[in-house]
Amino acid sequence: MRITLFVTCLADALYPSVGQSTVTLLERLGHQVEFPQAQTCCGQMHVNTGYQRDALPLVRHYVETFEHCDVIVAPSGSCAGSIRHQHAMVARGQGDEKLARRAEAVAARTFELSQLLVDVLGVEDVGAFYPHRVTYHPTCHSMRMLRVGDRPLRLLRRVAGLDLVELPDADVCCGFGGTFALKNYDTSTAMLADKMRNILDTHAEVCSAGDSSCLMHIGGGLSRLRAGVRTVHLAEILASQREQA
Amino acid sequence: MTTFLGFPTAPKGVGHLRTVQPFPVAARQALGDAQLRRNIGAATATIQAKRANVTAELPDWEALRSAGQAVKASAMRSLDRCLVELESQVQARGGTVHWARDADEANRIMTGLVAATGAREVVKVKSMVTDEIGLNEALAAAGITAHETDLAELIIQLGHDRPSHILVPAIHRNRAEIREIFLHEMADVDPALTDDPHALAEAARVYLRRRFLTARVGISGANFAIAETGTLCVVESEGNGRMCLTLPDTLITVMGIEKVLPSWNDLGVFLQLLPRSSTGERMNPYTSMWTGVTPGDGPQHFHLVLLDNGRTAALADQTGRQALHCIRCSACMNVCPVYERTGGHAYGSVYPGPIGAIISPQLTGVEDNATLPYASSLCGACADVCPVKIDIPSVLVHLRARHVEEVRRTHRQPSAEAVGMAAASWVMADPRRYSAALRSARIGRALGRGGRIRLLPPPLSRWTSARDAPVPPAQTFRDWWRDEHGDTP
Repeated sequence: MRITLFVTCLADALYPSVGQSTVTLLERLGHQVEFPQAQTCCGQMHVNTGYQRDALPLVRHYVETFEHCDVIVAPSGSCAGSIRHQHAMVARGQGDEKLARRAEAVAARTFELSQLLVDVLGVEDVGAFYPHRVTYHPTCHSMRMLRVGDRPLRLLRRVAGLDLVELPDADVCCGFGGTFALKNYDTSTAMLADKMRNILDTHAEVCSAGDSSCLMHIGGGLSRLRAGVRTVHLAEILASQREQA
Repeated sequence: MTTFLGFPTAPKGVGHLRTVQPFPVAARQALGDAQLRRNIGAATATIQAKRANVTAELPDWEALRSAGQAVKASAMRSLDRCLVELESQVQARGGTVHWARDADEANRIMTGLVAATGAREVVKVKSMVTDEIGLNEALAAAGITAHETDLAELIIQLGHDRPSHILVPAIHRNRAEIREIFLHEMADVDPALTDDPHALAEAARVYLRRRFLTARVGISGANFAIAETGTLCVVESEGNGRMCLTLPDTLITVMGIEKVLPSWNDLGVFLQLLPRSSTGERMNPYTSMWTGVTPGDGPQHFHLVLLDNGRTAALADQTGRQALHCIRCSACMNVCPVYERTGGHAYGSVYPGPIGAIISPQLTGVEDNATLPYASSLCGACADVCPVKIDIPSVLVHLRARHVEEVRRTHRQPSAEAVGMAAASWVMADPRRYSAALRSARIGRALGRGGRIRLLPPPLSRWTSARDAPVPPAQTFRDWWRDEHGDTP
């Protein structure tokens, strides 16, 4: 299958290995990956901070860049969630009904990684090997906007060598919330502290998730504490094989 | 004072709808209070677990939620007709109906009604709306003492405190603190009072019984009002409400206009949704319903005050109006990770938590509660438990946009944030500018020490106050792709 990658601005700029792993994984599964270099950002930060007018050019740009693609994958629950649940709303709110319809059509073909693997490609065992103790944070927008359910866990359970340990209060937000972490940094930090306590209680070496943004938040906290727990994106685990691990 | 749509909002200087301090500032104080965090965390976890149990056991729970949502949406659409029908039904059954544009008018009407009876004391059923309009203060200014009779509201009143939760207003207090309040504030309380919950409840019972038996005027809010029959409904757990609704000679009920339901049959849905969502019970212990006046039985004078106080302004907002569907169950605050850590006082308004963050700014106008729509990480836990399926995260995002537009309209100079957002949009709407920006971000590599950045300049310093930041990689993804695959469109 020909699959188009929307790498997300955060992974592009700060976590290129998340994009590389997504490419490696999908190619290993026998698919052809494309990367339109015109792509930029989904505009979620603008929408969620109240700047819908400034988000409109980004929505239009996403639609124009991807509307010729059959299947689009984003290694992020919140970016895929924003595309699916906010793009048409932004276009409509700014009075562009035509763009809203186009956005709805592209959004319906945009998938978060675990959804693509399980629902579209019908695969749970991706042939990965990752000999580490891992706990998984399900991320709010994957859970509640996209309803990915236990798909990431089903994928992880099939990874050879991986010891998956349950995260207590897994479904509670890590406190990132985009600009929430800046506007309400004390509250955000308090939420992060509780998330980190739960992660450390699992004695996992690795905390994984399907969103680079949440991982940046959790990983930034763990790194500050010198907690000795790494944050690794789901794509990186699923791409990992015996010779690399 | 008007909103962007021209309808009047709740007036300033009366009632409790506005944040005194910006949410982040008020939250900071609460976050430092270990006792508060513990009290609230324990209480919300308990209620949350009870709710989860009694909602999971109903096979048609999701259908009930959808029915509740549909009934509320239809009631809002026909609000004009429902309210007039309610008025005529109440009048036909011997009640008197008053219309109050806002808190000031409602307080004036109700103070006048109490004064006309000659009573100097009233007993009150637990009610959010009377706190919204600051009725107790208005009565006090007229020399009338209002006695709260709900146990938690009594604790708040005796402790000269503010409620911090819709259902459990004293959730921030533990029993040791409650004992202290009773010992100091209840006249002739047993000095040997312990902090055993039964002993505390008994002390309150003895204290309240005297008020019930002497009061000539009762004041209540309403959970529901039925347009078709003119029936008012209050649900409660303690039975104090029933005392207030039946013993006094005069009963004055004030309700927000959004509480009306079109027909008697609609109640069935809500009497299932509300107790399971709020207290986590299959049924609430006491459900009181009354229709006008019954000669020789119960209050012989009944007044109903219909309050707007910004509700029509909220109704005019097509996205925001669903906040008016709220049945005040408080399930959203019990699952909210922000509320659980900050408690209710940080929200400033009598309506705290996620639902408060979308109700208060709509009643007052967004500009008067501008930090509340941002007091959420948009995690969405609230929407999943809402018994009438209010899409709280979407309304939060919508109110943020309203706030940004409002600031744009009223300020000649754009804020630093607005400039940054516009610049980011300009850069990211164009692939060449975007690529150039990503490359220049590599300057950030100079800040890295040992693979992490410990300090960033403002406003990102707020990030590095508690978290490291990642060091930008030597190569962005798109540069890697170009190296591997060449320049493709």
